[in-house]
Amino acid sequence: MDFGPHLMLAAIEGAVAAAVLALTALGLSLVFGVMRVVNVAHGEFFMLGAVLAWAVAHLVPGPAWAGYLAALVLAPLLVGLLAAAADWVVLKRVQYDPERTIVATIGLLYILQQATLMAYGPEARPVAAPFDARIALPWPEWGPEGLVLTWPWGLGTTAWKLVVIAAAALLVALVFVLVQRSRAGLVMRATQFDRETAQAFGIPVARVFALTFALGAALAAIGGVLVVPIQQAHYLMGGDPLLLSFIVVIIGGLGSLRGTVVAAILIGMSDGIVSVFFSPTLAKILATLLVAFVLIFRPQGLYGTRAA
Amino acid sequence: MTGRDRSGGTRAWGLTVAVLAALAAMWPLLPDYNQITLARVMVFAIFAIGYNILFGYTGLLSLGHALFFAAGLYAAGLGARDGGLTAVPAFLAGILAGAGLAAGVGALALRTAGVAFMIVTLMFAQAGYLALLYFNEWTRGDEGFNLPAASRTVLGLELAGADMRYGTALALFALATLIATWLARSPLGRVMVAVRENEARAAMLGYDTGRVKLAAVTISGAFSGAAGAAYGLIDGYAGATFASVQYSILPLLWVLVGGAGTVLGPLVGAVFMFYLIDLTSGLTDAYMLVAGAVLVLVTLFAPRGIMGEVRRRVARWLP
Repeated sequence: MDFGPHLMLAAIEGAVAAAVLALTALGLSLVFGVMRVVNVAHGEFFMLGAVLAWAVAHLVPGPAWAGYLAALVLAPLLVGLLAAAADWVVLKRVQYDPERTIVATIGLLYILQQATLMAYGPEARPVAAPFDARIALPWPEWGPEGLVLTWPWGLGTTAWKLVVIAAAALLVALVFVLVQRSRAGLVMRATQFDRETAQAFGIPVARVFALTFALGAALAAIGGVLVVPIQQAHYLMGGDPLLLSFIVVIIGGLGSLRGTVVAAILIGMSDGIVSVFFSPTLAKILATLLVAFVLIFRPQGLYGTRAA
Repeated sequence: MTGRDRSGGTRAWGLTVAVLAALAAMWPLLPDYNQITLARVMVFAIFAIGYNILFGYTGLLSLGHALFFAAGLYAAGLGARDGGLTAVPAFLAGILAGAGLAAGVGALALRTAGVAFMIVTLMFAQAGYLALLYFNEWTRGDEGFNLPAASRTVLGLELAGADMRYGTALALFALATLIATWLARSPLGRVMVAVRENEARAAMLGYDTGRVKLAAVTISGAFSGAAGAAYGLIDGYAGATFASVQYSILPLLWVLVGGAGTVLGPLVGAVFMFYLIDLTSGLTDAYMLVAGAVLVLVTLFAPRGIMGEVRRRVARWLP
């Protein structure tokens, strides 16, 4: 294969990775921004989204798209409920102390991951995309001529991948509208700005925290549902999204939603491209070291206003 | 004040020596299987002692100690395999690797604090783990490699037998415990606790808290490297799994369960968790579920850990 098509392929992979990553990392960023805690179990919510998508798709009778659509609604809802319960039972009781929360969410990570292993098993299972990828072929008009003909087999998956990118972009936009334009967002920002004053003004801070935690987890779960037709559902699949979300949130600047999205596109694209041309392991080594040095020398990240 | 302190000191040393004597007394009584298991637990307890110096005494929570354990493991392992080192030099190489890497990581990571410190250590450890996988021609990656038999003899005695494994692990554990007990009661140990309790106040009193923290990281790394090297030499195996994030979480778990900032906590936590996980892994593949559940429960209900609770309720003098 020539360099051009290769790069195209890498760019599409990168764009899909970036889109899903933006969604997942936005959840982590929201939780950190409002609650000032790091949720180490975030990747497991992503994994649960994918695994629940498999379960729902199998329970719902009828065509594949019906099951998938049901999963797209049910999986984030269930994961959100679970997260709200975890917030209520665990995080609230350690009073959102940053260090104790990290330790507790590490525990939560293992509980969710290992419970999934018990209930779902160690197999990786595929979930069919809601429509046969060959139906939609917007591809030939998209790329420069000649490239398309090089790999006709790539067209099928591409259709669903474009849907993933569009859906993720739409959801990211929705989150921005929610946080910056809606009343609920105003309440969240007030809580983020000053917890005690917000409480004094009658904002139910405990409920805001539970809902924020649920929303963050649900965003990760949607990421999992979107990605599962491309990448099979497996109980260990939460590790990479967690690591990459961490990287993105830190490089973007802790607590800055805009920074998170910019960094997700940056990291997702470059991770996709470096992974295709070099080795995925090398890409991850570089990214983890980048995070460490950003935290050490520029703790406010790209857009953050304060240090971690 | 001094009188109470001195009597506390006698009792503290007495308890430590009694526990070590009990472990020695069990040596001839245990069947082979338990000797091998307990030898492993004691090596992990050395790792936990190292972790406790940083987390329990100095109050710095690292999520990257697998890096220092693996540094010791690979320095000893590669030294034995490619450098032809014998057991003692390989062990010393492990300590040096652990301490050196910890000093380097510490110098960088200590520019941050709190949550950022946790994440920076996590990221360095993750980069180290991935590097072990990346250079798998040399490190054999996840698959790992066996140490040459020639490197696993001390004074002409083979380390491979169950008897010798237990004896070696016990000797090293005893040494580590005595050093840690002494350190905890030394002036440096006291300043470490002062940094944990209130860093600003310790700095105001004229202590160079930056250097104290760096010393704590380095000593902690030396213990972790020693544990890694001992593990490699006693078990005869080195693999990248020991650098994975799980081996950064486990020492945290052992110390939290056993009691952060207590001398015997690391041993108690390692024994408790090891046998609990051993018991569960007979029942299910999902044995790490127990580790997760214990982490959450300890955080919620017993943040002081087992020995910490004993100290609070029964014996205030506990080291």
